Order: sequence, then C-alpha cells, then structure tokens
Amino acid sequence: MSIKGKAYIAGIYEHPTRLAKDLSLAQIHAEVAKGALEDAGLTKDDVDGYFCAGDAPGLGPMSMVEYMGLKVRHVDSTDTGGSSYVLHVGHAAEAIAAGKCKVALITLAGRPRAEGMATGTVPRSRGGTPTPDEPFEFPYGPTVVNMYAMCAMRHMHEFGTTSEQLAWIKVAASHHAQYNPHALLKDVVTVEDVVNSPMISDPLHRLDCCVITDGGGAIVVVAPEIAAKLKRPKIKLLGASEFIKTQMGGKVDLTYSGARFTGAAAFAEAGVKPADIKYASIYDSFTITVLMQLEDLGFCEKGKGGAFVADGNLISGVGKLPFNTDGGGLCSNHPANRGGLTKVLEAVRQLRGEAHPKVQVKNCDLAIAHGTGGSLGLRHGSATVILERE
Amino acid sequence: MADTKERKLPAPAISPETQAYWDAAGKGKLLVKKCTACGEAHHYPRPICPFCFSDKTEWTEASGKGTIYSFSVMRRAPVPYAMAYVTLAEGPRMVTNIVDCDFDKLKCDQPVKLVFKPTDGGPPLPMFTPA
Ligand SMILES: [Zn+2]
Repeated sequence: MSIKGKAYIAGIYEHPTRLAKDLSLAQIHAEVAKGALEDAGLTKDDVDGYFCAGDAPGLGPMSMVEYMGLKVRHVDSTDTGGSSYVLHVGHAAEAIAAGKCKVALITLAGRPRAEGMATGTVPRSRGGTPTPDEPFEFPYGPTVVNMYAMCAMRHMHEFGTTSEQLAWIKVAASHHAQYNPHALLKDVVTVEDVVNSPMISDPLHRLDCCVITDGGGAIVVVAPEIAAKLKRPKIKLLGASEFIKTQMGGKVDLTYSGARFTGAAAFAEAGVKPADIKYASIYDSFTITVLMQLEDLGFCEKGKGGAFVADGNLISGVGKLPFNTDGGGLCSNHPANRGGLTKVLEAVRQLRGEAHPKVQVKNCDLAIAHGTGGSLGLRHGSATVILERE
Repeated sequence: MADTKERKLPAPAISPETQAYWDAAGKGKLLVKKCTACGEAHHYPRPICPFCFSDKTEWTEASGKGTIYSFSVMRRAPVPYAMAYVTLAEGPRMVTNIVDCDFDKLKCDQPVKLVFKPTDGGPPLPMFTPA
C-alpha cells in the first residue's frame, strides 16, 4: 500500500518566539497545536491522532495528550532527532490510510536558549543506562559540530569541496532570512563573512552552523474527506520515506547520508524526479548537511554538491533550486535543536503561495522536505516527504 | 598547535560484554572483535556479529596500525583536541582522537599508530598519533 494521495497537510503554525524565557515547554507545545488547528479551520476535538518526539515533556505522548485535553485513538512518539517530524508526516499518512485516525496533530517545542544549553560544542552523555556506542565514543569528546565537521573534512578530501562553496549555503539562507521578520539572523552575509568567521571545529566556521533558538511548530495532517471540507489550499502527500544510517559495524562512510535511500524511495512513491521539484526544504544544521543531502537526494551528482550550491544557485529568484526560503535553521529558527518540523512548514507555505512575496517561488506546485536527525557523523535518522499542491 | 595542556578524559562506562576490551586496554592492547562465521571484523565490539548475526565472535589483537579516515580539531574547547575516525589495518573504522602532534599538519589518509591515554579513574583510551 502506498500513502500517495491518502493524506493532506491542512494546518501549520510556527511559534514566532526565538527566546522563550517566560513560556513552559508544555505551553509552547499547546500554543503551536492551537495555531495549527486554527490555521486548518479545525478544533482540538477534531484531533484523533497525536504525534510527538523526544522534545515533548513526559513519557512519550501521554503528558501532552493530557495537558491539551486530547482524546486520541492513535499515537506515535518515534524519535529520530530533528528528522522526527518529517517522519511523523509519513507515519500520520500511513495511519490515516489505514483508517486509524483522520486528523493527526504533530507538535515540536523546546527552549535550549532559555536553558543556556551548550548545544553544539560540549560532548553530551544521555545519562542512565549508556547506549552501546557510548563507552567507545563519549570519552573522546564527540560534539554535534565536530562530528558534522568530520563529514565536511572527508568530503573536501575526496571531492575537492571548498569552504567557499559551503559558505554559499549560508549566504543563500541569509538572503531569504532578511525577509522573515521572525528570523534570528536577518543580516545578509557574504562568502567572505562565512569563511572569516571564527573556526569552531575544522573545517566548520561559526557561520557554517545553524542558530540555537527556542520555540516550536505544529502540523495537522488530515484524511482526504476532511481536506475536501476545509477552506485551505490542498497540500497532498505524494511520497514519504525514512532510514537509519549507522556506522555499519565499522564500515563507516562519511561521504553520504541516509537521504540516498529516503530520496530514492520517496521520489519513486511520488512518481516524480528531482528535476520536477520547484522548492526544496533541506535540513540545515550545518552547511555541510545541506550539501550532502542535495547530492544524496539526487539534485546533483555525488561530489558535485560544492559546484551546485555555489554562485547563489539556492537563492529564490536567482538560482535553479530555491531552498529554505524562511531562512532555515542556518538563519531563522532551529527550535529545540530539531529542524525537521520547520522544513515541512516552509514547504507548505511555498505550495500555498503564502511564503514572503520576495522569496515565493512562481507556480510552486511540487516541493520536497527532508530531515536529518541525530549526528551525520555517528548515526542519524533520515526522513523525506514530497508534497504537491492539488 | 600542539596539545601541550592536559585534557581530562572521562572514564568509559564498562559493561560485561566489553570488560575484556577494557581489561586489554589496561595492558596496552587494542582488541577487535572478529566473526568466525563470516570472517568480518567489527567495531565497536559486540558478542553478536552485526554483519551475519552469528554469535561466533572472538577477540583479536589489533596491530595498532591505521590511517586517518577523517578528523576535526575542536577549537572551541578549553583544551583543543582532534576528533577522528581511524581506519584500522584490520578493517574497521573507529571513533578516536589524534594526540601528541601538531594539529595543523593533520591530513586525511595519513598513517597513524596506537597510543593509550589515561582516563579519570577508568581504563586508558586507545588513541592514535602520526606514525
Ligand atoms: Zn559475521
């Protein structure tokens, strides 16, 4: 069974805050849920499926179902880090196609900034019973940034990718962020700005990294008969795929991501190809994340990502593949250190024609949203969805 | 930039299945798990082979020779350090650090050799230095 055409995204909401000192975690989840349901023209009582990941307080979905006063007959708290919410869209479509629910609510929230978390630069142990990998990794000091940096280092070594090429990804995001009133970083930056910013972990500079923000977002996925009754543009799910890429028992290969598999599967299910895509939301924890995923999703040949992203090719109205037109995680928002949900939101805005006029892609009828969660250099969860405006 | 300042390394969490690995580390030896059913070596070590799922795995001593698959010098740390994947001569690639060297001269595919560095109250960690 395929999920193609079996579910629609009817409601979206992104919390405007980027620093949530005065909001609780549960409160942000509820505020974004309310926003997305109002956007769809639905109410809390219409929700019969709830999806959340590890950012939600409590054990799985239970605390939030109670807090929001939901009565649901289907739940899913699959956690693949920042890619969870892209994966949830696919899972919601599967549940809807199987008749397990008709209105699925997905929420994300977090406040790493208010809590003063050293997100990217300090090694973290999860505590409790160690994961099997932990004794062989944690004592060496793996951080978010140095593990992604190793992917960049190997990519440069094998394919000749340069820091200047990676910088173009931040430059493109900054061109888009200048039009987003909620973006954390609104200043347009140049390639020189990026490569001259302080080195964090070679070869990634400060401006190769995404922002750290509080906030969140929500998505409402509905059955076709519900979508038909709503007044919002109909955004149909054409394909979805997920994959866990690992160290493969020591056969580590840092030159590709799980997008190699999720892209191929999602495109096959959707019956479209990369050249058909008008807009791409690509997970942007770091510039290298974007470059590798673009290659793996099939937008260019493996190893040619550097040339593909250079010279503004990702800038809306300038290049061939407009990406992350809200400014993405690199400039606008990376709530809870998990950027997958906001990837889906901007893809839906583009398909509805509701992106900022300065970045809106003309006749945008087909879009992709892709997420990478966990660590690109250790183990990660990949998820892809392909969406169409009906 | 040489790592002249001492970095404090946390002790690894030891479980029954990896006790032999850490006991060997205490004696200056790096062990690699090898499967006698499919012949593949793997890392990190597991009792059940991640390639063929056989439980016929055995500890073998690594030569201590390898090459840097990739690395990154963490500049934003109290004492900068070089995170790395080293490709062991036995096959598997392992998460490690490159130590006792000029970080600015490190290169992918560079030959390295095994050294051990003490941890805070636990067995020493296998690391590598330019060969
Ligand atoms: Zn085997």
